[in-house]
Amino acid sequence: MIKTSRAPRPLPFSGSISTLRRLRRIMLALPVTLAIAASTGLTGTANASEPLQDDLIIAQNLNHFTLDNGLEVVVIPDRRAPVVTHMIWYKAGSADEPEGQSGVAHFLEHLMFKGTASHPDGAFSHMIAERGGRENAFTSFDYTAYFQRVAKEHLPLMMELEADRMENLVLSDEVVTPERDVVLEERRLRVDSEPGSRLREAVNAVTFVNHPYGSPIIGWQHEIEALDKEAAIAFYDRFYTPNNAVLVVAGDVDVADVRALAEATYGKVQRRAEPGERVRSAEPPLSGERRVSVIDPLVRQESVSQTWIVPSQTTGTGREPEALDVLSYILGNGPNSRLRKALVLDAEAAISAGAYYQSGALDDGRFGVYASPRPGFTLDDMETLIAAELEKLLDEGVSDEEVQRAKYSMIASAIYAQDSQTGLARLFGSALTTGQTVEDVQTWPAQIDAVTRQDVLEAARAYLTADPVVGTLRMPAAEEPEAAANTQATPQDKS
Amino acid sequence: MLRSNKFIKSICAAAIAAVVSHAAISPAHAVEVQRVISPDGIEAWLVEDHTVPIIAVNFAFEGGAAQDPEGKAGLTRLLAATMDEGAGDLDSEAFQSRLEDLAVSISFNTNKDRFFGSMRTLTPTLDEASGLLALALTDPRFDAAPVERMKTSLITSAKRNETDPNGIAGRALSDAMFAGHVYNRPTGGTPESLADLSAEDLRAQHAKIISRSSVTIGVVGAITADQLSAMLDEVFSPLPETSDLQPVEDFVPSTGASISKELDIPQTTVLVGLPGLKRDDPDYQAAFVMNHILGGGTFTSWMFREVREKRGLSYGASTYLSPYQHTGLLIGSAATRADRADETVTVMLEQLTRMATDGPSEDELQAAKQFLTGSYPLRFDSSGKIARQLVALQTTGLGIDYFDRRNAEIEAVTLEDVQRVARRLLQDVEPTVIRVGPVQG
Repeated sequence: MIKTSRAPRPLPFSGSISTLRRLRRIMLALPVTLAIAASTGLTGTANASEPLQDDLIIAQNLNHFTLDNGLEVVVIPDRRAPVVTHMIWYKAGSADEPEGQSGVAHFLEHLMFKGTASHPDGAFSHMIAERGGRENAFTSFDYTAYFQRVAKEHLPLMMELEADRMENLVLSDEVVTPERDVVLEERRLRVDSEPGSRLREAVNAVTFVNHPYGSPIIGWQHEIEALDKEAAIAFYDRFYTPNNAVLVVAGDVDVADVRALAEATYGKVQRRAEPGERVRSAEPPLSGERRVSVIDPLVRQESVSQTWIVPSQTTGTGREPEALDVLSYILGNGPNSRLRKALVLDAEAAISAGAYYQSGALDDGRFGVYASPRPGFTLDDMETLIAAELEKLLDEGVSDEEVQRAKYSMIASAIYAQDSQTGLARLFGSALTTGQTVEDVQTWPAQIDAVTRQDVLEAARAYLTADPVVGTLRMPAAEEPEAAANTQATPQDKS
Repeated sequence: MLRSNKFIKSICAAAIAAVVSHAAISPAHAVEVQRVISPDGIEAWLVEDHTVPIIAVNFAFEGGAAQDPEGKAGLTRLLAATMDEGAGDLDSEAFQSRLEDLAVSISFNTNKDRFFGSMRTLTPTLDEASGLLALALTDPRFDAAPVERMKTSLITSAKRNETDPNGIAGRALSDAMFAGHVYNRPTGGTPESLADLSAEDLRAQHAKIISRSSVTIGVVGAITADQLSAMLDEVFSPLPETSDLQPVEDFVPSTGASISKELDIPQTTVLVGLPGLKRDDPDYQAAFVMNHILGGGTFTSWMFREVREKRGLSYGASTYLSPYQHTGLLIGSAATRADRADETVTVMLEQLTRMATDGPSEDELQAAKQFLTGSYPLRFDSSGKIARQLVALQTTGLGIDYFDRRNAEIEAVTLEDVQRVARRLLQDVEPTVIRVGPVQG
């Protein structure tokens, strides 16, 4: 075997060219045809995105405009394959539900597939399937979205049918009742059967005690059981209207064509409601320690998490959200993150350890850290080690090298993201339904680039000094975690 | 000597690199597949696309977890987990730091039949990325600390599987249908088998599997055939010429078992297993169309309509073909209300019988073919997806023109073909049925 040995090459950010300038060069090397949509005859549109100069822009060739009925439209041309991702996003999620009706946003999402007067009995799904399309939908705290991925020639039909079900949904008890059973099974599958999911649900509920982010998106079981046709239709009539929606089309399309199609389909839908400003109950400051434990014999790997409420991309001011992004990277992403290095590599006490910043939210977001102990270590050990790392961070801050490394990696990930048409569509759709603008998303790399180590330290001191909500996932105490103790095989002949 | 030889080869690469075949892809008009052969004779299939400055390299070696020695289940999976944990002069931390600093990702994985690898890089870091990949492939360190760390991580996953309904059901299905064959060794190992694995075992398994003769390579992105040619020699030429694989026998999975496992959760997971087809079976496309109608993933399949839409028994209900190199399975699955699990199983089995006796209508066949041909372009919308397919075309012997032929093959499937393959797969065979959930009654 020949051994490959080579002199180490300089790190990308140790040469004379700065990291960011280097990444900019990569971005600017993109073909010009992809770059700017400003000269497509659409310059007169109200919100057409102006190209930002000499900077890193995500989806440079994106175009953005608003129809007369208030529907926002985002078009992201991507000519690499003759396919299109078509998504409609409603600014209506579980945090917009009436009191006592948790789960109705998600329940309506299921019912939206049932049909309209002109396309009854799930005809939309059949027509998509006949054309080889893929479809699905998802509900979150702040939005509900429906999407299809189809060969580009089917885009007009998708727009026609999606516009149809924006105003013409027809429901009967006959379809609503079994669908409620399906949702209850979905809850049992996703939450009740998984101790980790049950813990996340409980931690969430004690993190947000007054704000609706504390209720599960899928809904509490007893409230799902009480949902009916009327509740679903009331939610639909209140929120499903063009002036409360964002259309995202990404793929092999012309902006002018999409605009004409949008006007001919969605443009014909009247404003059905005026949902008004989205104001939710604010979260009060709370005294006292908040800890939740889920103890279950199904648990095979214990873990601990700590959660803080922090500003989101939308509620944060100045460079705060980006600083939290960089902080979460330094603290808990990547092979050199502080938590991984301290808990996993140096102390060899944890199987995994990390941090996250959930930044996309209309109201506040969350910052979290987590760890899972290796055999021989306890959850208390994890908390002690995490506390030591946090203390060091709050005392000494972070280094310039750490900040540079984080920025390079985060901005490179934005370049990789351009490889996924659906990923880009989701990025813009979720941002626009959580209070962000197209420009906020497009200039995210430059905003990250502007973060200093002082910003990171200030963000850490502002938010991570408060008591976190602590969640632990535990095995029952004093009991050998006997593998599959209650699992019994009973092979038998089929009769 | 070696060095200058390599140098000469690389400067001549432009002249020598033989681009012997071009095939236009109809479902993704702009794409064409080039067969690139390096000066040292390493072959890769390339889709060159300079739209985004990304290069995706995927590859597979013959020999996966079925090559785990007796009593060492999980060894190949551990190999995949440790090959990027330090190589050459770079220990685990140094190697991972280099990847992070370059924003390059390198990863390895395995299934029963093959050992997979992939690399993603931006164009300016191609040389550095290739160097690191070559190092990981030729000279992994298997240092004690990362090996222990990865073992602990895999042991944790194996333990989780022991209380996870899908993990328990999958193991039960394997025990019932793959009994006595190497395929029944858990790919991820067991807590016990993993605990005993050593760096020596890893070195032996590395020598057994990683070789020039058994590798297939797919590349997509902003790279020319000449650049690729040089990269292939740098990364893959230093590998040993041949691997040392144990032969694996073809077999037919066992059927007819009915197995219940108790687990204290509010739902019952159901698996229904039958022998399926290998990918090279002449009936494969017909079976693929048949499965689509039966339970293939869309909101319109028989399983979805009967189990979910009409009865609300389950959030999901589907079937899929699972082809291996030496056998095949057809699997149906659902997670259902525990008190109606029997009804769910009955409804699922009824669909199998109905497919074997009545079969689909001509309209259903046409709708399925339209879906399968119409959705084919959706597989070509990111570099990684295309690179993986380029590897799969080679490992399954489908040929460089398969992207072109594929929709015609689906179109050619007749009602008679579907009925024939449905009878072949579903008639006169007792499915294996697995239930995992709470005790009833």
